[in-house]
Amino acid sequence: MIGIRGIKKSFGENEVLDGLDLEIRDGETLTIIGGSGCGKSVLLKCMIGLLRPDSGSVEIDGKDITQLKEKQLAAVQAKFGMLFQGAALFDSLTVAENVAFGLRYLRDLPDSEIKKRIREKLLMVGLEGIEDLKPAELSGGMKKRVALARAIAMDPKYILYDEPSTGLDPIMADVINDLILHLQGRLKITSIAVTHDMVSAYKISNRIAMLYQGKIEEVGTPDEIRQSKNPVVKQFITASSKGPIQMKIGGFSGYRGTGKGWQ
Amino acid sequence: MKKNPLEIAGEEILKTAETFGGITHLLLDTFRSLFRPPLEFKNIIKQMTEIGLQSFPIIAMASLFTGMVFAFQIGFVSTNWLGAPTFIGMGTAIAIMKELSPVVSALVISGKVGAQIAAELGTMKVTEQIDALHTLGTNPVKYLSVPRFISCLIGVPVLTLMADVIGIIGGGIVSAQKFRVPFNVYWEEIISYVRFDAVAHGLVKSIFFGLIIVVVSCHEGLTCEGGAEGVGKSTTKAVVFSMILVLIADYLITVFLAAIGLGGEQ
Repeated sequence: MIGIRGIKKSFGENEVLDGLDLEIRDGETLTIIGGSGCGKSVLLKCMIGLLRPDSGSVEIDGKDITQLKEKQLAAVQAKFGMLFQGAALFDSLTVAENVAFGLRYLRDLPDSEIKKRIREKLLMVGLEGIEDLKPAELSGGMKKRVALARAIAMDPKYILYDEPSTGLDPIMADVINDLILHLQGRLKITSIAVTHDMVSAYKISNRIAMLYQGKIEEVGTPDEIRQSKNPVVKQFITASSKGPIQMKIGGFSGYRGTGKGWQ
Repeated sequence: MKKNPLEIAGEEILKTAETFGGITHLLLDTFRSLFRPPLEFKNIIKQMTEIGLQSFPIIAMASLFTGMVFAFQIGFVSTNWLGAPTFIGMGTAIAIMKELSPVVSALVISGKVGAQIAAELGTMKVTEQIDALHTLGTNPVKYLSVPRFISCLIGVPVLTLMADVIGIIGGGIVSAQKFRVPFNVYWEEIISYVRFDAVAHGLVKSIFFGLIIVVVSCHEGLTCEGGAEGVGKSTTKAVVFSMILVLIADYLITVFLAAIGLGGEQ
Protein backbone atom coordinates (compact mmCIF):
# COMPACT_ATOMS: atom_id res chain seq x y z
CA MET A 1 0.00 0.00 0.00
CA ILE A 2 1.16 3.51 -0.73
CA GLY A 3 0.21 6.30 1.69
CA ILE A 4 0.97 9.88 0.79
CA ARG A 5 0.49 12.35 3.62
CA GLY A 6 0.67 16.12 3.37
CA ILE A 7 3.44 16.31 0.79
CA LYS A 8 4.61 19.69 -0.42
CA LYS A 9 6.99 20.30 -3.31
CA SER A 10 8.08 23.60 -4.80
CA PHE A 11 10.40 24.50 -7.65
CA GLY A 12 11.69 28.00 -6.94
CA GLU A 13 8.61 30.09 -6.26
CA ASN A 14 6.32 27.65 -8.04
CA GLU A 15 4.46 25.54 -5.46
CA VAL A 16 3.49 22.37 -7.34
CA LEU A 17 2.25 20.10 -4.54
CA ASP A 18 0.63 21.79 -1.55
CA GLY A 19 -0.07 19.35 1.27
CA LEU A 20 -1.37 16.50 -0.87
CA ASP A 21 -2.92 13.35 0.68
CA LEU A 22 -3.62 10.15 -1.25
CA GLU A 23 -3.85 6.45 -0.53
CA ILE A 24 -3.30 3.70 -3.09
CA ARG A 25 -4.67 0.28 -2.18
CA ASP A 26 -2.95 -2.97 -3.10
CA GLY A 27 -4.08 -4.47 -6.38
CA GLU A 28 -6.01 -1.46 -7.65
CA THR A 29 -5.42 0.77 -10.66
CA LEU A 30 -5.61 4.40 -9.63
CA THR A 31 -5.47 7.12 -12.25
CA ILE A 32 -4.46 10.65 -11.39
CA ILE A 33 -6.00 13.20 -13.74
CA GLY A 34 -5.34 16.92 -14.02
CA GLY A 35 -4.37 19.68 -16.44
CA SER A 36 -0.98 19.97 -18.09
CA GLY A 37 1.70 21.15 -15.68
CA CYS A 38 -0.45 20.65 -12.55
CA GLY A 39 2.15 18.37 -10.96
CA LYS A 40 0.99 14.86 -11.91
CA SER A 41 4.44 13.70 -13.00
CA VAL A 42 6.02 15.39 -9.96
CA LEU A 43 3.66 13.38 -7.73
CA LEU A 44 4.66 10.13 -9.48
CA LYS A 45 8.36 10.97 -9.10
CA CYS A 46 7.85 11.70 -5.38
CA MET A 47 6.18 8.28 -5.00
CA ILE A 48 9.17 6.45 -6.43
CA GLY A 49 11.80 8.59 -4.71
CA LEU A 50 13.12 10.30 -7.85
CA LEU A 51 12.14 13.61 -6.24
CA ARG A 52 12.22 14.29 -2.52
CA PRO A 53 9.22 16.27 -1.25
CA ASP A 54 9.96 19.43 0.77
CA SER A 55 7.73 18.12 3.58
CA GLY A 56 5.22 15.34 4.26
CA SER A 57 5.67 11.59 4.01
CA VAL A 58 5.42 8.90 1.32
CA GLU A 59 4.94 5.46 2.86
CA ILE A 60 5.55 2.41 0.70
CA ASP A 61 4.43 -0.76 2.51
CA GLY A 62 4.77 1.08 5.82
CA LYS A 63 8.24 2.58 5.16
CA ASP A 64 8.55 6.36 4.81
CA ILE A 65 10.83 6.71 1.77
CA THR A 66 11.45 10.42 2.33
CA GLN A 67 13.67 9.47 5.29
CA LEU A 68 15.63 6.68 3.58
CA LYS A 69 19.30 6.75 2.61
CA GLU A 70 20.29 6.10 -1.02
CA LYS A 71 20.92 2.36 -0.57
CA GLN A 72 17.69 1.67 1.32
CA LEU A 73 15.79 3.79 -1.19
CA ALA A 74 17.19 1.68 -4.03
CA ALA A 75 15.76 -1.43 -2.33
CA VAL A 76 12.29 0.19 -2.22
CA GLN A 77 12.64 1.43 -5.82
CA ALA A 78 13.22 -2.19 -6.87
CA LYS A 79 9.53 -2.82 -6.04
CA PHE A 80 8.56 -0.39 -8.79
CA GLY A 81 8.44 -0.47 -12.55
CA MET A 82 7.87 2.79 -14.37
CA LEU A 83 6.69 3.60 -17.86
CA PHE A 84 8.00 7.07 -18.72
CA GLN A 85 6.13 9.59 -20.85
CA GLY A 86 8.68 9.46 -23.68
CA ALA A 87 9.47 5.75 -23.08
CA ALA A 88 13.04 6.70 -21.94
CA LEU A 89 14.63 3.69 -23.63
CA PHE A 90 18.44 3.69 -23.60
CA ASP A 91 19.39 4.76 -27.15
CA SER A 92 22.76 3.04 -27.20
CA LEU A 93 21.35 -0.38 -26.27
CA THR A 94 19.26 -2.85 -28.28
CA VAL A 95 15.65 -3.71 -27.40
CA ALA A 96 16.80 -6.94 -25.69
CA GLU A 97 19.48 -5.12 -23.67
CA ASN A 98 16.89 -2.51 -22.65
CA VAL A 99 14.40 -5.11 -21.45
CA ALA A 100 17.12 -7.07 -19.63
CA PHE A 101 18.77 -3.99 -18.11
CA GLY A 102 17.40 -4.36 -14.58
CA LEU A 103 17.79 -8.16 -14.60
CA ARG A 104 21.50 -8.01 -15.33
CA TYR A 105 22.14 -5.52 -12.54
CA LEU A 106 19.96 -6.80 -9.77
CA ARG A 107 20.10 -10.54 -10.13
CA ASP A 108 22.64 -13.18 -11.03
CA LEU A 109 20.63 -14.99 -13.64
CA PRO A 110 22.17 -17.28 -16.28
CA ASP A 111 22.16 -15.92 -19.85
CA SER A 112 19.65 -18.51 -21.07
CA GLU A 113 17.17 -17.50 -18.35
CA ILE A 114 17.60 -13.81 -19.22
CA LYS A 115 16.96 -14.53 -22.91
CA LYS A 116 13.83 -16.50 -21.98
CA ARG A 117 12.57 -13.64 -19.82
CA ILE A 118 13.21 -11.06 -22.58
CA ARG A 119 11.19 -13.13 -25.08
CA GLU A 120 8.42 -13.73 -22.56
CA LYS A 121 8.05 -10.08 -21.56
CA LEU A 122 8.16 -8.86 -25.17
CA LEU A 123 5.45 -11.38 -26.05
CA MET A 124 3.33 -10.07 -23.17
CA VAL A 125 3.33 -6.63 -24.80
CA GLY A 126 2.67 -8.16 -28.23
CA LEU A 127 6.14 -7.85 -29.73
CA GLU A 128 8.30 -10.52 -31.27
CA GLY A 129 11.54 -10.75 -33.20
CA ILE A 130 12.70 -7.17 -32.54
CA GLU A 131 15.31 -8.04 -29.89
CA ASP A 132 18.25 -6.78 -31.94
CA LEU A 133 16.74 -3.46 -33.09
CA LYS A 134 17.81 -0.14 -31.61
CA PRO A 135 15.15 2.22 -30.11
CA ALA A 136 15.69 4.70 -32.98
CA GLU A 137 14.34 2.06 -35.39
CA LEU A 138 11.02 1.69 -33.52
CA SER A 139 7.74 3.61 -33.87
CA GLY A 140 6.29 5.58 -30.93
CA GLY A 141 3.85 2.82 -30.00
CA MET A 142 6.51 0.13 -30.18
CA LYS A 143 8.84 2.21 -27.99
CA LYS A 144 6.13 2.46 -25.33
CA ARG A 145 5.52 -1.27 -25.48
CA VAL A 146 9.24 -2.06 -25.17
CA ALA A 147 9.41 0.37 -22.24
CA LEU A 148 6.45 -1.47 -20.68
CA ALA A 149 8.24 -4.81 -21.17
CA ARG A 150 11.31 -3.29 -19.46
CA ALA A 151 9.16 -2.02 -16.58
CA ILE A 152 7.60 -5.45 -15.93
CA ALA A 153 10.80 -7.45 -16.52
CA MET A 154 11.65 -7.54 -12.83
CA ASP A 155 8.12 -8.51 -11.75
CA PRO A 156 7.47 -5.29 -9.81
CA LYS A 157 4.83 -4.95 -7.10
CA TYR A 158 3.87 -1.48 -8.27
CA ILE A 159 3.89 -0.03 -11.75
CA LEU A 160 3.70 3.67 -12.55
CA TYR A 161 2.47 4.90 -15.91
CA ASP A 162 3.34 8.50 -16.82
CA GLU A 163 0.96 9.57 -19.61
CA PRO A 164 0.78 6.09 -21.21
CA SER A 165 -1.31 7.20 -24.18
CA THR A 166 0.22 10.64 -24.87
CA GLY A 167 1.72 11.08 -28.32
CA LEU A 168 0.02 7.98 -29.77
CA ASP A 169 -2.79 7.74 -32.29
CA PRO A 170 -6.19 6.79 -30.76
CA ILE A 171 -5.94 3.15 -31.86
CA MET A 172 -2.42 2.66 -30.53
CA ALA A 173 -3.49 4.49 -27.34
CA ASP A 174 -6.27 1.94 -26.93
CA VAL A 175 -3.84 -0.92 -27.58
CA ILE A 176 -1.73 0.40 -24.70
CA ASN A 177 -4.87 0.68 -22.52
CA ASP A 178 -5.73 -2.96 -23.33
CA LEU A 179 -2.19 -3.97 -22.45
CA ILE A 180 -2.40 -2.20 -19.10
CA LEU A 181 -5.69 -4.00 -18.36
CA HIS A 182 -4.27 -7.32 -19.55
CA LEU A 183 -1.16 -6.97 -17.38
CA GLN A 184 -3.32 -5.90 -14.48
CA GLY A 185 -5.47 -9.02 -14.83
CA ARG A 186 -2.55 -11.36 -15.32
CA LEU A 187 0.12 -10.01 -12.98
CA LYS A 188 -2.13 -8.46 -10.27
CA ILE A 189 0.16 -5.45 -9.99
CA THR A 190 -0.90 -2.27 -8.19
CA SER A 191 -0.90 0.41 -10.87
CA ILE A 192 -0.80 4.17 -10.70
CA ALA A 193 -1.29 6.08 -13.93
CA VAL A 194 -1.25 9.80 -14.61
CA THR A 195 -3.04 11.07 -17.68
CA HIS A 196 -5.20 13.84 -19.03
CA ASP A 197 -6.82 11.43 -21.48
CA MET A 198 -10.29 10.72 -20.00
CA VAL A 199 -11.04 7.83 -22.40
CA SER A 200 -7.97 6.06 -21.11
CA ALA A 201 -8.71 7.00 -17.46
CA TYR A 202 -12.27 5.57 -17.58
CA LYS A 203 -11.11 2.40 -19.26
CA ILE A 204 -8.18 1.36 -17.07
CA SER A 205 -9.06 2.67 -13.59
CA ASN A 206 -10.66 1.23 -10.48
CA ARG A 207 -10.46 4.71 -8.98
CA ILE A 208 -9.72 8.16 -10.39
CA ALA A 209 -8.18 11.06 -8.42
CA MET A 210 -8.30 14.63 -9.70
CA LEU A 211 -5.25 16.79 -8.92
CA TYR A 212 -5.89 20.53 -8.78
CA GLN A 213 -3.84 23.36 -7.26
CA GLY A 214 -1.42 21.00 -5.54
CA LYS A 215 -4.09 18.94 -3.76
CA ILE A 216 -6.39 16.01 -4.58
CA GLU A 217 -9.73 17.64 -5.42
CA GLU A 218 -11.78 14.43 -5.54
CA VAL A 219 -11.26 10.65 -5.54
CA GLY A 220 -13.83 8.14 -6.75
CA THR A 221 -14.70 5.29 -9.04
CA PRO A 222 -15.02 6.16 -12.75
CA ASP A 223 -18.82 6.30 -12.33
CA GLU A 224 -18.61 8.60 -9.32
CA ILE A 225 -16.25 10.90 -11.22
CA ARG A 226 -18.55 10.92 -14.24
CA GLN A 227 -21.45 12.05 -12.05
CA SER A 228 -19.42 14.43 -9.90
CA LYS A 229 -21.02 17.74 -8.95
CA ASN A 230 -17.62 19.30 -8.18
CA PRO A 231 -17.24 22.18 -10.70
CA VAL A 232 -13.47 21.59 -11.07
CA VAL A 233 -13.93 17.90 -11.87
CA LYS A 234 -16.94 18.63 -14.07
CA GLN A 235 -15.02 21.19 -16.14
CA PHE A 236 -12.08 18.84 -16.60
CA ILE A 237 -14.02 15.73 -17.62
CA THR A 238 -16.26 17.64 -19.99
CA ALA A 239 -13.18 19.32 -21.53
CA SER A 240 -14.56 22.83 -21.20
CA SER A 241 -12.57 26.06 -21.17
CA LYS A 242 -15.26 27.67 -19.00
CA GLY A 243 -15.14 27.04 -15.28
CA PRO A 244 -12.96 27.42 -12.22
CA ILE A 245 -9.83 25.95 -13.86
CA GLN A 246 -7.99 28.77 -15.58
CA MET A 247 -5.13 28.13 -17.93
CA LYS A 248 -2.44 30.77 -18.18
CA ILE A 249 -1.99 31.66 -21.82
CA GLY A 250 0.53 34.35 -22.71
CA GLY A 251 -0.43 37.63 -21.04
CA PHE A 252 -3.98 36.44 -20.33
CA SER A 253 -4.83 35.04 -16.96
CA GLY A 254 -7.59 32.91 -18.46
CA TYR A 255 -11.22 32.86 -19.40
CA ARG A 256 -13.23 33.88 -16.40
CA GLY A 257 -16.54 32.77 -17.80
CA THR A 258 -18.13 36.21 -17.83
CA GLY A 259 -19.21 35.85 -21.42
CA LYS A 260 -17.20 38.93 -22.35
CA GLY A 261 -14.21 37.07 -23.70
CA TRP A 262 -10.61 37.02 -22.53
CA GLN A 263 -9.73 39.25 -19.64
CA MET B 1 10.51 43.11 -12.58
CA LYS B 2 13.88 44.33 -13.78
CA LYS B 3 16.83 43.27 -11.63
CA ASN B 4 19.59 45.67 -10.69
CA PRO B 5 23.17 44.83 -11.76
CA LEU B 6 24.16 43.97 -8.19
CA GLU B 7 21.40 41.34 -7.99
CA ILE B 8 22.44 39.88 -11.34
CA ALA B 9 26.10 39.72 -10.25
CA GLY B 10 25.08 38.11 -6.95
CA GLU B 11 22.98 35.50 -8.73
CA GLU B 12 25.87 34.66 -11.07
CA ILE B 13 28.29 34.26 -8.14
CA LEU B 14 25.82 32.00 -6.35
CA LYS B 15 25.30 29.92 -9.52
CA THR B 16 29.07 29.51 -10.01
CA ALA B 17 29.51 28.52 -6.35
CA GLU B 18 26.69 26.01 -6.77
CA THR B 19 28.36 24.58 -9.89
CA PHE B 20 31.68 24.17 -8.05
CA GLY B 21 29.86 22.52 -5.14
CA GLY B 22 28.09 20.16 -7.55
CA ILE B 23 31.35 19.29 -9.33
CA THR B 24 33.10 18.52 -6.02
CA HIS B 25 30.15 16.41 -4.89
CA LEU B 26 30.18 14.45 -8.15
CA LEU B 27 33.95 13.94 -7.88
CA LEU B 28 33.61 12.47 -4.37
CA ASP B 29 30.62 10.37 -5.42
CA THR B 30 32.55 9.04 -8.43
CA PHE B 31 35.55 8.16 -6.22
CA ARG B 32 33.30 6.28 -3.83
CA SER B 33 31.56 4.40 -6.65
CA LEU B 34 34.94 3.58 -8.21
CA PHE B 35 35.70 1.03 -5.49
CA ARG B 36 32.23 -0.50 -5.40
CA PRO B 37 31.94 -3.62 -7.58
CA PRO B 38 31.01 -4.49 -10.28
CA LEU B 39 33.27 -2.45 -12.60
CA GLU B 40 31.70 -1.87 -15.99
CA PHE B 41 34.59 -3.30 -18.04
CA LYS B 42 32.64 -3.43 -21.30
CA ASN B 43 31.56 0.16 -20.86
CA ILE B 44 35.07 1.33 -19.88
CA ILE B 45 36.64 -0.23 -22.99
CA LYS B 46 33.91 1.29 -25.18
CA GLN B 47 34.47 4.75 -23.68
CA MET B 48 38.23 4.49 -23.95
CA THR B 49 38.09 3.45 -27.61
CA GLU B 50 35.72 6.34 -28.35
CA ILE B 51 37.91 8.89 -26.55
CA GLY B 52 41.07 7.64 -28.30
CA LEU B 53 39.63 7.30 -31.79
CA GLN B 54 37.77 10.60 -31.63
CA SER B 55 40.60 12.73 -30.38
CA PHE B 56 43.76 11.17 -31.82
CA PRO B 57 43.57 12.60 -35.38
CA ILE B 58 42.96 16.17 -34.18
CA ILE B 59 45.55 15.92 -31.39
CA ALA B 60 48.05 14.52 -33.91
CA MET B 61 47.45 17.46 -36.27
CA ALA B 62 47.52 20.04 -33.47
CA SER B 63 50.73 18.71 -31.91
CA LEU B 64 52.51 18.26 -35.26
CA PHE B 65 51.97 21.91 -36.16
CA THR B 66 52.67 23.11 -32.60
CA GLY B 67 56.03 21.28 -32.70
CA MET B 68 56.77 22.71 -36.14
CA VAL B 69 55.98 26.31 -35.26
CA PHE B 70 57.85 26.09 -31.97
CA ALA B 71 60.99 24.72 -33.65
CA PHE B 72 60.68 27.47 -36.25
CA GLN B 73 60.48 30.20 -33.57
CA ILE B 74 63.51 28.86 -31.66
CA GLY B 75 65.53 28.43 -34.85
CA PHE B 76 64.55 31.90 -36.03
CA VAL B 77 65.41 33.65 -32.73
CA SER B 78 68.66 31.73 -32.15
CA THR B 79 69.85 32.40 -35.73
CA ASN B 80 69.20 36.14 -35.27
CA TRP B 81 70.72 36.41 -31.81
CA LEU B 82 73.47 33.84 -31.80
CA GLY B 83 74.15 33.57 -35.50
CA ALA B 84 73.35 29.86 -35.67
CA PRO B 85 70.25 27.69 -35.11
CA THR B 86 71.05 26.22 -31.68
CA PHE B 87 69.00 24.51 -28.96
CA ILE B 88 66.16 23.71 -31.36
CA GLY B 89 65.92 20.10 -30.13
CA MET B 90 66.20 20.88 -26.45
CA GLY B 91 63.92 23.93 -26.56
CA THR B 92 61.24 22.22 -28.62
CA ALA B 93 61.25 19.00 -26.60
CA ILE B 94 61.05 20.70 -23.22
CA ALA B 95 58.29 23.08 -24.29
CA ILE B 96 56.33 20.28 -25.95
CA MET B 97 56.62 17.79 -23.10
CA LYS B 98 56.13 20.15 -20.17
CA GLU B 99 53.62 22.60 -21.52
CA LEU B 100 52.39 22.53 -25.08
CA SER B 101 51.38 18.93 -25.53
CA PRO B 102 49.49 18.52 -22.20
CA VAL B 103 47.68 21.85 -22.60
CA VAL B 104 46.93 21.61 -26.35
CA SER B 105 45.75 18.00 -25.94
CA ALA B 106 43.55 18.94 -22.97
CA LEU B 107 41.97 21.83 -24.89
CA VAL B 108 41.26 19.59 -27.89
CA ILE B 109 39.84 16.86 -25.61
CA SER B 110 37.66 19.44 -23.80
CA GLY B 111 36.15 20.44 -27.13
CA LYS B 112 35.78 16.94 -28.50
CA VAL B 113 35.24 14.51 -25.62
CA GLY B 114 33.91 17.00 -23.04
CA ALA B 115 31.26 18.21 -25.47
CA GLN B 116 30.26 14.66 -26.34
CA ILE B 117 29.97 13.57 -22.70
CA ALA B 118 27.89 16.63 -21.76
CA ALA B 119 25.62 16.30 -24.81
CA GLU B 120 25.10 12.54 -24.37
CA LEU B 121 24.39 12.66 -20.63
CA GLY B 122 22.35 15.86 -21.06
CA THR B 123 20.13 14.20 -23.66
CA MET B 124 19.74 11.20 -21.35
CA LYS B 125 18.72 13.56 -18.56
CA VAL B 126 16.09 15.50 -20.53
CA THR B 127 14.61 12.33 -22.05
CA GLU B 128 14.26 10.83 -18.53
CA GLN B 129 16.77 8.05 -19.23
CA ILE B 130 18.66 8.98 -16.03
CA ASP B 131 15.42 8.61 -14.05
CA ALA B 132 14.87 5.29 -15.82
CA LEU B 133 18.29 4.12 -14.59
CA HIS B 134 17.23 4.82 -10.99
CA THR B 135 14.02 2.84 -11.43
CA LEU B 136 16.03 -0.09 -12.80
CA GLY B 137 18.19 -0.23 -9.69
CA THR B 138 21.23 1.37 -11.31
CA ASN B 139 23.16 4.30 -9.89
CA PRO B 140 23.78 6.77 -12.78
CA VAL B 141 27.13 7.86 -11.29
CA LYS B 142 28.32 4.25 -11.20
CA TYR B 143 26.97 3.39 -14.64
CA LEU B 144 27.75 6.62 -16.54
CA SER B 145 30.37 8.68 -14.67
CA VAL B 146 32.76 5.97 -13.48
CA PRO B 147 33.55 4.43 -16.92
CA ARG B 148 34.11 7.90 -18.43
CA PHE B 149 36.22 8.89 -15.42
CA ILE B 150 38.52 5.86 -15.73
CA SER B 151 38.74 6.25 -19.52
CA CYS B 152 39.73 9.92 -19.29
CA LEU B 153 42.21 9.36 -16.47
CA ILE B 154 44.01 6.76 -18.59
CA GLY B 155 43.21 8.11 -22.06
CA VAL B 156 44.30 11.74 -21.61
CA PRO B 157 47.89 10.94 -20.44
CA VAL B 158 48.25 8.31 -23.20
CA LEU B 159 47.11 10.83 -25.83
CA THR B 160 49.48 13.40 -24.30
CA LEU B 161 52.40 10.97 -24.64
CA MET B 162 51.48 10.42 -28.30
CA ALA B 163 51.29 14.20 -28.76
CA ASP B 164 54.80 14.48 -27.23
CA VAL B 165 56.19 12.11 -29.85
CA ILE B 166 54.35 13.73 -32.78
CA GLY B 167 55.27 17.27 -31.65
CA ILE B 168 58.95 16.35 -31.42
CA ILE B 169 58.80 14.77 -34.88
CA GLY B 170 57.20 17.99 -36.18
CA GLY B 171 60.01 20.04 -34.65
CA GLY B 172 62.55 17.68 -36.20
CA ILE B 173 61.08 18.14 -39.67
CA VAL B 174 61.33 21.96 -39.46
CA SER B 175 64.79 21.77 -37.91
CA ALA B 176 66.04 19.62 -40.80
CA GLN B 177 64.17 21.31 -43.65
CA LYS B 178 64.34 24.95 -42.62
CA PHE B 179 67.53 25.25 -40.57
CA ARG B 180 69.59 22.39 -42.05
CA VAL B 181 70.10 20.77 -38.63
CA PRO B 182 70.03 17.02 -39.39
CA PHE B 183 67.49 14.91 -37.50
CA ASN B 184 70.17 12.88 -35.71
CA VAL B 185 71.75 16.08 -34.30
CA TYR B 186 68.30 17.30 -33.21
CA TRP B 187 67.60 13.93 -31.58
CA GLU B 188 71.06 13.70 -29.92
CA GLU B 189 70.44 17.08 -28.32
CA ILE B 190 67.13 15.92 -26.91
CA ILE B 191 68.62 12.68 -25.57
CA SER B 192 71.55 14.39 -23.87
CA TYR B 193 69.80 17.41 -22.36
CA VAL B 194 66.19 16.45 -21.72
CA ARG B 195 65.55 14.35 -18.62
CA PHE B 196 62.63 12.06 -17.91
CA ASP B 197 61.44 14.66 -15.37
CA ALA B 198 60.10 16.78 -18.24
CA VAL B 199 57.89 13.92 -19.51
CA ALA B 200 56.68 13.15 -15.98
CA HIS B 201 55.93 16.85 -15.41
CA GLY B 202 53.66 16.89 -18.47
CA LEU B 203 52.03 13.58 -17.61
CA VAL B 204 51.13 14.59 -14.06
CA LYS B 205 49.46 17.68 -15.50
CA SER B 206 47.57 15.67 -18.09
CA ILE B 207 46.10 13.37 -15.41
CA PHE B 208 44.67 16.40 -13.60
CA PHE B 209 43.42 17.87 -16.90
CA GLY B 210 41.66 14.59 -17.69
CA LEU B 211 40.03 14.66 -14.28
CA ILE B 212 38.84 18.26 -14.73
CA ILE B 213 37.39 17.59 -18.20
CA VAL B 214 35.51 14.43 -17.24
CA VAL B 215 34.06 15.67 -13.96
CA VAL B 216 32.97 19.05 -15.36
CA SER B 217 31.40 17.45 -18.45
CA CYS B 218 29.61 14.70 -16.52
CA HIS B 219 28.32 17.27 -14.03
CA GLU B 220 26.98 19.54 -16.77
CA GLY B 221 25.30 16.58 -18.49
CA LEU B 222 23.75 15.11 -15.35
CA THR B 223 22.38 18.49 -14.20
CA CYS B 224 21.08 19.53 -17.62
CA GLU B 225 17.53 20.88 -17.76
CA GLY B 226 15.15 22.25 -20.35
CA GLY B 227 15.04 20.13 -23.51
CA ALA B 228 17.17 20.64 -26.61
CA GLU B 229 18.08 24.21 -25.63
CA GLY B 230 19.26 22.99 -22.23
CA VAL B 231 21.45 20.32 -23.84
CA GLY B 232 23.05 22.99 -26.05
CA LYS B 233 23.72 25.27 -23.09
CA SER B 234 25.14 22.46 -20.95
CA THR B 235 27.44 21.36 -23.75
CA THR B 236 28.80 24.87 -24.31
CA LYS B 237 29.21 25.41 -20.57
CA ALA B 238 31.04 22.09 -20.18
CA VAL B 239 33.55 23.00 -22.90
CA VAL B 240 34.13 26.60 -21.78
CA PHE B 241 34.35 25.70 -18.10
CA SER B 242 36.75 22.78 -18.73
CA MET B 243 39.02 24.93 -20.90
CA ILE B 244 39.22 27.76 -18.37
CA LEU B 245 39.80 25.36 -15.46
CA VAL B 246 42.50 23.54 -17.44
CA LEU B 247 44.37 26.81 -18.04
CA ILE B 248 44.07 27.91 -14.40
CA ALA B 249 45.06 24.44 -13.13
CA ASP B 250 48.02 24.44 -15.54
CA TYR B 251 49.56 27.40 -13.75
CA LEU B 252 48.85 26.11 -10.25
CA ILE B 253 50.14 22.58 -10.96
CA THR B 254 53.26 23.97 -12.66
CA VAL B 255 54.08 26.09 -9.59
CA PHE B 256 53.49 23.07 -7.34
CA LEU B 257 55.59 20.70 -9.46
CA ALA B 258 58.40 23.24 -9.67
CA ALA B 259 58.28 23.58 -5.86
CA ILE B 260 58.65 19.83 -5.35
CA GLY B 261 61.34 19.73 -8.02
CA LEU B 262 59.62 17.66 -10.72
CA GLY B 263 60.90 19.12 -13.98
CA GLY B 264 61.81 22.31 -12.15
CA GLU B 265 65.44 22.25 -13.25
CA GLN B 266 64.62 22.38 -16.91
